[in-house]
Amino acid sequence: MIHFVLLISRQGKVRLTKWYSAYSQKERTKVIRELSGLILTRGPKLCNFVEWRGLRVVYKRYASLYFCMCIDEDDNELEILEIIHHYVEVLDRYFGSVCELDLIYNFHKAYFILDELLIAGELQEPSKRTVARLVAAQDSLVETAKEQTSSITNIIAQAANV
Amino acid sequence: MNPFSSGTCLRDMIRAIRACKTSAEERAVVRKECAAIRASINEDDQDYRHRNLAKLMFIQMLGYPTHFGQMECLKLIASAGFPEKRIGYLGLMLLLDERQEVLMLVTNSLKQDLNHSNQYIVGLALCALGNICSAEMARDLAPEVERLLQFRDPNIRKKAALCSIRIIKKVPALAENFINCAASLLKEKHHGVLITGVQLCADLCKVSSEALEYFRKKCTEGLVRTLRDIVNSPYSPEYDISGITDPYLHIRLLKLLRILGQGDADASDRMTDILAQVATKTESNKNAGNAILYECVETIMSIEDDGGLRVLAINILGKFLSNRDNNIRYVALNMLMRATTLDAQAVQRHRATILDCVKDSDASIRKRALDLLYLLVNDNNVKPLIKELIEYLEVSDQEFKGDLTAKICSLVEKFSSEKIWYIDQMLKVLSEAGNFVKDEVWHALIVVISNASDLHGYTVRALYRAFLTSTEQETLVRVAVWCIGEYGDMLVNNVGMLDIEDPITVTECDAVDAVEVAIKRHTSDLTTKAMALIALLKLSSRFPSYSERIKDIIVQNKGNVVLELQQRSIEFNRILQKHPKFRSALVERMPVLDEATFSGRRAGSLPTAISTSSGAPSNLPNGIAKPATAPIPDLLDLSSDDVPAPSSSGGDFLQDLLGVDLSPTPAPSGADMPPKASTDVLLDLLSIGMPLPVQTGLSASDILSSSQDDKAPFVNFNGLASLSSLSANATSPANAAPMMDLLDGRGPGPQKSEENGQAYPSLVAYESSSLRVMFNFSKQRGSPQTTLIQATFTNLSSNVYNDFLFQAAVPKFLQLHLDPASSNTLPASGDGSITQNLKVTNSQHGKKSLVMRVRIAYKTNNKDVLEERQINNFPQNL
Repeated sequence: MIHFVLLISRQGKVRLTKWYSAYSQKERTKVIRELSGLILTRGPKLCNFVEWRGLRVVYKRYASLYFCMCIDEDDNELEILEIIHHYVEVLDRYFGSVCELDLIYNFHKAYFILDELLIAGELQEPSKRTVARLVAAQDSLVETAKEQTSSITNIIAQAANV
Repeated sequence: MNPFSSGTCLRDMIRAIRACKTSAEERAVVRKECAAIRASINEDDQDYRHRNLAKLMFIQMLGYPTHFGQMECLKLIASAGFPEKRIGYLGLMLLLDERQEVLMLVTNSLKQDLNHSNQYIVGLALCALGNICSAEMARDLAPEVERLLQFRDPNIRKKAALCSIRIIKKVPALAENFINCAASLLKEKHHGVLITGVQLCADLCKVSSEALEYFRKKCTEGLVRTLRDIVNSPYSPEYDISGITDPYLHIRLLKLLRILGQGDADASDRMTDILAQVATKTESNKNAGNAILYECVETIMSIEDDGGLRVLAINILGKFLSNRDNNIRYVALNMLMRATTLDAQAVQRHRATILDCVKDSDASIRKRALDLLYLLVNDNNVKPLIKELIEYLEVSDQEFKGDLTAKICSLVEKFSSEKIWYIDQMLKVLSEAGNFVKDEVWHALIVVISNASDLHGYTVRALYRAFLTSTEQETLVRVAVWCIGEYGDMLVNNVGMLDIEDPITVTECDAVDAVEVAIKRHTSDLTTKAMALIALLKLSSRFPSYSERIKDIIVQNKGNVVLELQQRSIEFNRILQKHPKFRSALVERMPVLDEATFSGRRAGSLPTAISTSSGAPSNLPNGIAKPATAPIPDLLDLSSDDVPAPSSSGGDFLQDLLGVDLSPTPAPSGADMPPKASTDVLLDLLSIGMPLPVQTGLSASDILSSSQDDKAPFVNFNGLASLSSLSANATSPANAAPMMDLLDGRGPGPQKSEENGQAYPSLVAYESSSLRVMFNFSKQRGSPQTTLIQATFTNLSSNVYNDFLFQAAVPKFLQLHLDPASSNTLPASGDGSITQNLKVTNSQHGKKSLVMRVRIAYKTNNKDVLEERQINNFPQNL
């Protein structure tokens, strides 16, 4: 299973963290520090796997962002690379050629998409289209709710004015 | 208003944080934001609740504490609208983890949401539950999840399946409830449901053998069919990844088949065809295809198979290994590692390629390859492989040297059929990467050298040569210095010359020079310097003409700031000056060190040196078999009154150390000591626990001081190996002083202890029908505040007490230090006693008297007994 997912920028800034195994707040900070030291220093063209504390971290760099997933020793590293790519493609489709700034200002959306992709550290949906559809459906629910509230607010405001 | 649609406020905060140039600025912005959020939380402001939470999530990601926002998550989850719930659940997963108590409060909301009419809300709840649920929540909510496995919408079913995985991992006992539902998921057409269902089955098999049996019987056939369908399926754009339909499903099916086939020939047989098809037909030019092949190889190697498929699998790995993509090579090495147990021969064929991988520029690959190569080494190939590895050691990265050195040393040791080869290889490693060699490795080397008596001359010359070329390798210096000290005469006189050696001329002066270099190099640590001092002492007797020069070098260390070295040089100087007749006998060559004992110690099974009745020489720490002749005190011209009582553990230790049986015969007081015995005993004192001869002088001083003033520090023999514990001892001047007294030959004041004995009467601190505790008091000269208490425990009942443990507590104005007890078994009917030393420092000396609470625990007749008491009747003025 995937123990955690990290998105780290080339400067070592954390852009997304998702923990499927229990790590306390203190451990999380330590893990992030350790791994950014380990991964960001690796040169290009090396393999995408790092052994770490008896687990394995699969990482892949997309532009300025490193996508990292930590897995058990007996998991399939090559498949995790595919899952990372899967996630990136969904993000790309959602934001329309995604960039780091999209993920900074809309970090919650990156989380919502991830939640449609992984649960309990396991892959949930192999179809990009389904993921996109589900996220869009929930986004529109939020929109509708917002419109309702604003119209109610308007009504109340009008009523108050009268 | 909604922060995520209008967004400005969250955006503004992120922008402000990003605009910060220093981390101090960033902290200030975050602090201000946090203060505003707290204020808003306190006002229970509903409109801004989700915006606050969103901000907190961002702040949390930067690494700041956000625990104060946890309750806000719960409130948002409890509210009615979807947007609030969505952000609330996200916050719950980010700000909390399963170990927090607050999480329990959300169980009820989760239960309601799992039954909500809006399927997206059900989905949110399932997602949160799957990611962070605790065991309690799993138990409470399992029925809901079970029901949702049959929900009409497939997107809920797949979420419920993954949620079930989390539940059965937390509470394996719930597994059986899920078996049937999981089996029905395997028949689904929807890929999401199918892969989650297969995954759930795999995890069920791991926690429940019942599930494994069930799936094996009922589902193997169906799974094979599903895999065949997906392998042969036509192009489908929705699931296609580089020409393969849904590789994720492939991989999960292969994984589940592996679990079902493992250990079951029948099930394995049913899947061989499809495995062969996957192994031969999958395209290997893209990562997705390789991922499937990789999984397939693992399945083939795990199931019961006659070998036909395995050849196929090993061939695939061979192809992987020669791939130019580092990722593929990495997984190949990984898998070959598992294959070694199945078919070592087949893996051996790739040895050359693996050796190349050890030298790869990629650290991950190097590590994998080294681990694999380690498994491949056998008697036939060890010599060329070690040669290659040592050659590579010269050019390898610094950070890899540690690993590589450890592996080489371990291999050399494991396959050391010829001593000369072992010594040669170890010398190479020491000269290349001596700083990475672990202590036990060079200790073992010294033991081997000591045992190879025909190679002493060869070894010391080789070491001398190596030492001249590379003095920066600490362990090389240590071993060289030790050997020069021991076999210096062989170095100079070219004793035991082998045919293969180049002749070398070393003068006595050169040998002393070498040791002087070792002691003066500023990188030498305490151990090396102390070893060099001993080597000098030894050389002084080997080369009498250089005695004066050696004395000069030793004297230079008299003012060393490290107490250990200072003490040592003062002692050695005394030996050189005042006891020339002892000297040659003192520094005789070390007796051969016992390999069996040493390896036993390395394995952590050191026979406990402190056992009261052992006179057996074979148990000696340094394995010297010697007839028991004389107790130590005679050697040092002490009066025989000071012979430690046989029951005191200091005495026992000493006795074991020296292989002398003290208990039955108090030796005749003695000027008529046979000189041979004195040599051996002192020699032992100076270099016992051989690999660190340094420390033994010290332990000897401990023991000596203990026999002198009845204050026996119990030196744990294991402790000898660690320098730190010794240097801790070394800092106590009380221990060092007596040793110097002894060497000075002055009478070591037995009067003093008598004085003490008179000053404070012994006290029966505690007496019950079963146990008596006596306290004897003494004071250290010059520190009236400190009282040394020797507690003697006597068993008054007729049963033996085991696991005897004495504990004491004192009020704040006192400081208590407890030494270990002499034993933890108390013989019956007063037939022996346990002693234990306590040191109490009274910060209010003269104003308050001692007071102590004691607790004594022991086992008798397999029953635990606990006795407690407060002791108030200490003598005044302690």
